[in-house]
Amino acid sequence: MISNDEIYEKYIRKGTMPTILCAGCGNGIVLNTTLRAIDELKKDIDKMVFVSGIGCSSRLSSYIKADGLHTTHGRPIAFATGIKAANPDLDIVVFTGDGDCAGIGGNHLIHGIRRNIDITVIVLNNYNYGMTGGQASPTTPLESLTTTTPYDSFEHPFDLSMLAMAAGAPFVARWTISHPVQLVKSIKKGLQVKGFSFIEVLTPCPTSYWRRNRIRDYEGIYRWYKENTVNVKRAESEPDKICIGELQNIQKKEWTEQWKELVERVSK
Amino acid sequence: MITIKENYCKGCGYCIIACPTKALKRSNKINSRGIEIPIVEEEKCNKCHICELSCPDFAINVEEE
Ligand SMILES: Cc1ncc(C[n+]2csc(CCOP(=O)(O)OP(=O)(O)O)c2C)c(N)n1
Ligand code: SF4
Ligand code: SF4
Ligand code: SF4
Repeated sequence: MISNDEIYEKYIRKGTMPTILCAGCGNGIVLNTTLRAIDELKKDIDKMVFVSGIGCSSRLSSYIKADGLHTTHGRPIAFATGIKAANPDLDIVVFTGDGDCAGIGGNHLIHGIRRNIDITVIVLNNYNYGMTGGQASPTTPLESLTTTTPYDSFEHPFDLSMLAMAAGAPFVARWTISHPVQLVKSIKKGLQVKGFSFIEVLTPCPTSYWRRNRIRDYEGIYRWYKENTVNVKRAESEPDKICIGELQNIQKKEWTEQWKELVERVSK
Repeated sequence: MITIKENYCKGCGYCIIACPTKALKRSNKINSRGIEIPIVEEEKCNKCHICELSCPDFAINVEEE
């Protein structure tokens, strides 16, 4: 298996490590696993574009030695749609946060999925708006403490993977940073699927979220993601846990292919 | 060979928890920013690379020789 030094040499911009992210922030693990998936598929990084919105999770695009767009808050899927439509030969990866993707960008998410444009969206779900100091987001779990829910959160959170499945995304998978090997496999699959791939990663924000929610040590945080999740294959036996694994894999016509067909049909 | 870049390490210990053979341990070794760096017991390592995938900062490196 390729080493971290080799990954760094091949794909990371010189002098950008360590990241500016906090100690124990899971976002770097998502960067690492994404690059490993790309390497294992032997993808040409010069034919890829990494697009992100705004937030700590959206920092990831700027670490990669490839074309990237660090766009405006909530809009990476809109920018990614434009890039893919203009040049379908490019492979597009979107890094987005739960606030970016499901709060301010929620409409772009559902309509990107509805159109089924061929991009791979990796959502780093850390249950809050990390970058701005820990406000509640659309995925903040019930009864969590955040700066905007100081008496605990009573709003029902979105289950983002269920949302993506219901909206019709051909490929949906959910893992956590405590399942890096499985995550690499799912990112590989997502990159190979022709259509909208949605990969949700549950990732810790120790600074803004966990500090206010019972767990203050990194070991406890890491273990929480193992202990509170269950693989979809065994989900029925543990219905109270968060279901992880490959959740949807269906075939569906993709937008750029349909566009090409349309152009051929009307130009006859 | 396992090496840890002390100037990259943030001391989260995710590599220690993730290691299936307990080849990594907490230590008293402190870097210039006052952060505790893990230590390695090479003979316990099976070169599975899990620690590398679990490090958010590319601080740990596993060479298969
Ligand atoms: C239009 C606009 N509104 C608000 C902000 C302020 N803002 C910056 S990051 C952020 C939240 C990011 O949360 P999330 O997407 O969950 O990412 P995280 O930082 O948790 O990774 C907000 C509200 C902004 N930059 N632009
Ligand atoms: S505030 Fe949270 S999400 Fe942002 S870098 Fe720190 S730990 Fe990561
Ligand atoms: S390569 Fe595997 S066994 Fe060796 S230190 Fe890393 S996690 Fe432990
Ligand atoms: S995972 Fe990386 S940053 Fe964290 S303690 Fe291990 S080597 Fe250091």
